[in-house]
Amino acid sequence: MSDVILEVKDLKKYFPIRSGVFQRTIGHVKAVDQISFTMKRGETLGLVGESGCGKSTAGRTIIRLYDKTEGHVLYNGRDIHQLPPKELRKLRPKMQYVFQDPFSSLNPRVKVGEAIGEAVVDHGLCSKAEIREKVLEVLNICGLAPYHYDRYPHEFSGGQRQRIGIARALILQPDFIVLDEPVSALDVSIQAQIINLLSDLQQQQNLTYLFISHDLSVVEHICSSVAVMYLGSIVEMASRDELFKNPLHPYTKALLSAVPIPDPTITRERIFLKGDIPSPANPPQGCKFHTRCPVAADRCRTEVPVYREVGPEHHVACHLV
Amino acid sequence: MSSTLVEFRNLKTYFYTEAGVVQAVNDVSFSIRAGETVCIVGESGCGKSITAMSLMRLIASPPGKIVGGEILFEGRDLLKIKESEMRMIRGNEIAMIFQEPMTSLNPVLTVGDQIMEPLIEHTLLSKSEARKKAIQLIEQVGIPRADQIIDSYPHELSGGMRQRIMIAISLSCDPKLLIADEPTTALDVTIQAQILDLLRQLKKDRNMSLMLITHDLGVVAEMADYVVVMYAGKVIEEGPVKEIFKNPRHPYTKGLLLAKPVIGQRKERLFTIPGQVPNPIGLGENCHYSDRCEHAMDICRASQPALQKDGADSKVACWLYEGEGAK
Ligand SMILES: Nc1ncnc2c1ncn2[C@@H]1O[C@H](COP(=O)(O)OP(=O)(O)OP(=O)(O)O)[C@@H](O)[C@H]1O
Ligand SMILES: Nc1ncnc2c1ncn2[C@@H]1O[C@H](COP(=O)(O)OP(=O)(O)OP(=O)(O)O)[C@@H](O)[C@H]1O
Ligand code: SF4
Ligand code: SF4
Ligand SMILES: [Mg+2]
Ligand SMILES: [Mg+2]
Repeated sequence: MSDVILEVKDLKKYFPIRSGVFQRTIGHVKAVDQISFTMKRGETLGLVGESGCGKSTAGRTIIRLYDKTEGHVLYNGRDIHQLPPKELRKLRPKMQYVFQDPFSSLNPRVKVGEAIGEAVVDHGLCSKAEIREKVLEVLNICGLAPYHYDRYPHEFSGGQRQRIGIARALILQPDFIVLDEPVSALDVSIQAQIINLLSDLQQQQNLTYLFISHDLSVVEHICSSVAVMYLGSIVEMASRDELFKNPLHPYTKALLSAVPIPDPTITRERIFLKGDIPSPANPPQGCKFHTRCPVAADRCRTEVPVYREVGPEHHVACHLV
Repeated sequence: MSSTLVEFRNLKTYFYTEAGVVQAVNDVSFSIRAGETVCIVGESGCGKSITAMSLMRLIASPPGKIVGGEILFEGRDLLKIKESEMRMIRGNEIAMIFQEPMTSLNPVLTVGDQIMEPLIEHTLLSKSEARKKAIQLIEQVGIPRADQIIDSYPHELSGGMRQRIMIAISLSCDPKLLIADEPTTALDVTIQAQILDLLRQLKKDRNMSLMLITHDLGVVAEMADYVVVMYAGKVIEEGPVKEIFKNPRHPYTKGLLLAKPVIGQRKERLFTIPGQVPNPIGLGENCHYSDRCEHAMDICRASQPALQKDGADSKVACWLYEGEGAK
């Protein structure tokens, strides 16, 4: 079954920049600037790019934790930014978000078992009497023990807190989960445990993941396709194997070449990008990457490259491709 | 082989907390040779930063205390010298850069003032000479428009630029040893690539030693000559970088290398090390890795293996290899 679960069309999310006593809007941070893609049920799409490129904002706007500025998000064919509040509330459990920082997303004074059960009770998906059973079941699935139910967040390690974050999402029986840097804060040995857990859960429950990360080696491991963002735009998107074997956009190439490989016998050709990432409040004209692009041509400074399909399900926005 | 610059001998640094004694660095010994890059790797909390801070004698006391051992720098025990002498060594002969450049730069001083301060303190340069040298240093760390950047404040610079400024400050007095504690962890990969390349270049030009603390095995492979692997306050394995990656000996080192996903070598399933690091308070006399180790034997749960020679220039602390080093 390869049915489409999510369709993002020309989605924009701008944040106003305010200034002065009257807090007048003097400009916008174009955090997400017209992105489009489609996801099939059961797949994992990796959203990669450097800090501030708009990954988290995209994830949040897609499940309407933020209101959009423009564009559409069709979830099973329905535009979730058009849904009336009541309908949206019914849909909420199906779309979950697991936060980057497992530490700050838990209330230190609430027992972990209760924190996990909270939303289920809120949504009336389960009676008070059944809740403990359900939480224990989810704890078990996420590799935690029954006695963890009555413990407080500070008693858990980083990896365990990430498991709690996943359990909290999972108990609502979602179809679609945005995983925002779920393993970035973890040590290698713990990271591998969580990645395997996520893969197992996906297979058992036919989950669809939007996997936000800046670690390309993790993305290659877990994702079936990958979208690369730069300053609010998707510059390239393809299936995993295609993107890693045949990257076309100069930014994707540079990003891949910058990842240190844990093998001291390999010396790689590295593409060094000059300078820093420009501000999304004032992105460069033309191709937004031209200020750092090693192969930029004259037209790149004035003309915006069109994001288009250049091979089977391989999209790129670059004049030279 | 070049001469030994730094030698840690049985260093013990403990923290006395309400919950108990944290043996943060527990009998650590290893050396750094002149011109060499030594990478310290290991899980969060294993004692990497505290080892470096002990070398700088920057352990806040209380709660911390260096309770034993020696740290020889060019043969002299840094733990025995006066604080005034140590101050001359710090910044002059040994410099350190930290993970988060924003917290280690002073927000109310221009970057120029901050680069010039140690120059004026440690060398006998006049203010205008120091300014000239500061501009040179900013250029050397690859920042364009150095003559303008020198008068800017830290918040006006990007993360990558701030880390370059930190490096410029640390280089101002030509240190023999640069300690870099996770210098690129807070940076993006494309910026990380720039900074690592800069460190490599500077180290070569100045024949400086580099003690690089990182948890990224990719960075280790790329930068290290020699690797020290720590676990729960102890060195559990050390060796030349190629040896560590090609022929890891300790079960923890092996596990780490297997657990890391590597681009271009995709596996269906990642290898995992079960469990988590032990609580640093009240560690027993066993091998601290024994409750996660697939090879654990009775002896591992009863007593601790010593770090022993294993091959020409390698050492390992594991009962599996006991007696082999003598061969
Ligand atoms: N609530 C907000 N108000 C104003 N600006 C915001 C807000 N959230 C994000 N931004 C800005 O939008 C841009 C994109 O931010 P976002 O957090 O989506 O990036 P990211 O790709 O997730 O970065 P990171 O990898 O650092 O998490 C940034 O410039 C950020 O400063
Ligand atoms: N001021 C302190 N008081 C009490 N314990 C401390 C203090 N500073 C460090 N520790 C403890 O000492 C141990 C070693 O800490 P250290 O900072 O060296 O770890 P690390 O290997 O650098 O970890 P990371 O990769 O997270 O930076 C840890 O268990 C830590 O909790
Ligand atoms: S359009 Fe031009 S500047 Fe942009 S990525 Fe392509 S070559 Fe580089
Ligand atoms: S000493 Fe024993 S428990 Fe420790 S690493 Fe070696 S085999 Fe494993
Ligand atoms: Mg983010
Ligand atoms: Mg540290």
